[in-house]
Amino acid sequence: MLNTYQFPQFDYRQSPEQAAGTVLRHPVVVVGAGPVGLTAALDLAARGLRVVILDDNNTVSVGSRAVCYAKRPLEIWDRLGVARPMLDKGIEWKLGRVFLRDKEVYSFDLLPEDGHKIPAFINLQQYYLEEYMVAAAMANPLIDLRWKHKVVSMRQGEDHVSLAVETPDGIFQMEADWLLACDGANSDIRRMVGAEFTGQFFQDRFLIADIVMKAGFPTERWFWFDPDFHRGQSALLHKQADDVWRLDFQLGWEADPEREKRPENIIPRVREMLGPDAEFELEWASVYQFACRRVDNFRHGRVLFAGDAAHQVSPFGARGANTGVQDIDNLSWKLAAVVKGQAPEALIDSYHAERAFAADDNILNSTRSTDFITPKNAASRRYRDAVLALSGKYPFARPLVNSGRLSTPTPYVESPLNTPDAEEWSGRMAPGTCAADAPVRSGGQAGWLLEHLGEGFTLLVSGPEAEPVTCGAFTASVLRVGQDIEDSEGKIATRYDLCDGAVYLIRPDQHIAARWRSFDPEAIRAAILRATAGTEA
Amino acid sequence: MTLNLLPNIEAPDAFYEALTEAQRDMSEDEANDMNARLVLILANQIGRLADLKEAIRLARD
Ligand SMILES: Cc1cc2nc3c(=O)[nH]c(=O)nc-3n(C[C@H](O)[C@H](O)[C@H](O)COP(=O)(O)OP(=O)(O)OC[C@H]3O[C@@H](n4cnc5c(N)ncnc54)[C@H](O)[C@@H]3O)c2cc1C
Repeated sequence: MLNTYQFPQFDYRQSPEQAAGTVLRHPVVVVGAGPVGLTAALDLAARGLRVVILDDNNTVSVGSRAVCYAKRPLEIWDRLGVARPMLDKGIEWKLGRVFLRDKEVYSFDLLPEDGHKIPAFINLQQYYLEEYMVAAAMANPLIDLRWKHKVVSMRQGEDHVSLAVETPDGIFQMEADWLLACDGANSDIRRMVGAEFTGQFFQDRFLIADIVMKAGFPTERWFWFDPDFHRGQSALLHKQADDVWRLDFQLGWEADPEREKRPENIIPRVREMLGPDAEFELEWASVYQFACRRVDNFRHGRVLFAGDAAHQVSPFGARGANTGVQDIDNLSWKLAAVVKGQAPEALIDSYHAERAFAADDNILNSTRSTDFITPKNAASRRYRDAVLALSGKYPFARPLVNSGRLSTPTPYVESPLNTPDAEEWSGRMAPGTCAADAPVRSGGQAGWLLEHLGEGFTLLVSGPEAEPVTCGAFTASVLRVGQDIEDSEGKIATRYDLCDGAVYLIRPDQHIAARWRSFDPEAIRAAILRATAGTEA
Repeated sequence: MTLNLLPNIEAPDAFYEALTEAQRDMSEDEANDMNARLVLILANQIGRLADLKEAIRLARD
């Protein structure tokens, strides 16, 4: 097989604590340097914490894994200063086409709303994504990234966790006030804690192949139901960087994974899909069975689960890494506030409330897509085929075709941290929602709203009356529209329904905590208290 | 509940005849396929999720 990518080999170094044989207590230890653990290290460091991150391996993601990254995780990586190389290397796409047999029945344009810094989606191989974050983590003096460090056992204490870690130099002990388990779908930490990880496995198998191909197909997502080249199953074609293309072939439950993985069986399939003239080489192929599962609680004492360790989704809709990164966005400001003694531990419990809610929403969406692609029984297959047959002729059936609904952030509509609206508002920016970006100007320079939101709480206000509001250790700074920033295209006014005098309280993770029609410092103080799980002194 | 469970079909005998006549020469499979398409076409006409769910419940029980 061909290789367009050279896998880096990062150096193992023995840690001074292992060499000295002393047991150190660290404020935060992250287990796993996948996309989620790396984002965690970068975000916690950005909030001023020292982080140790352990990975049992010494390279980036190997094989065919994540491809599509959505706007929100890219905005988070932009806040952390690592999005630029991803956007430069990644492939932007907008159009998806759905085929039944060899006829197009439906196409969708992601129709990204304009006036956002970050595109709706990019495609990029997971190893590039990790490579860029590893470079940023290694350059960060607050991050201690340790390769070939495998956690082999752990024990929960009252206020800390003790770990046994295996390296090429043997096993040593370390302690952490907080342990972030970002060790993937087969999480060892989850097993050690004894957490439940339940859900459903789909009775189907998929061949996932990456090929290198110079020509031919446009930068679009193509999905086939029952294609002539692969009757009775489905198939997907999607472009990545370096002229690498991702192909999925549904195989059915009876397929033999070992047999299907052999190049001599893959190549004829691909040739039928791409036509006799296509010139391609196989880069990687694997056979997967997909599942949707979630951990019972995102917090077990001093252990916090994030990413695939907390939830696993089938890849239709590209939700795994996308949602895992949003776990970290949610957790890091809370953990930083608790570690610094600014907020009570109860703030950490809201991490489960908000992100389990989001995980369930992602699982629901992924399950619905998978059930459409792999119908559960003969009756649902009949409906599926009826939808497809009708969708070629009549527009009404097209919205029922589900080859994967693309990932968007789940608003925390039921969060205990929200202060409910007391007034009428238009637009989507209700409490619990992720703040929408908008083009702005400041100091004569064009920029973006999200770039102006601070590391802490921000009051986004229109009108002259407003000043910073302090509640305990938290001070919400003021961002005045019309003064600090100019609403250059009027998008803030429409997206936020921000008329004169209106005030938004925005959390450190850029989610709306509360909003009012006028500036009321007492109401703002109460909302900050609520958003930080505080209690009246 | 807004489902109309009182007689509402314009000419009941004519409708019933049209429905069964359409499937007269069909195999079981073809008829089931047609029924599935028919459900979807009629569901679109109704549109409201609460009504559709109510109809599904009535049909299942
Ligand atoms: C075919 C396929 C397509 C996908 N497509 C997409 C997509 O388009 N978009 C998307 O967002 N997601 C997609 N995903 C999902 C995505 O790959 C995962 O969600 C993502 O990798 C999860 O990141 P993570 O950091 O939680 O875990 P992982 O990436 O699994 O990283 C876990 C890390 O922990 C380390 N580790 C494990 N155990 C230990 C231990 N005991 N001690 C120390 N280290 C340990 C591992 O070596 C690894 O580096 C896809 C997945 C598949 C399989």
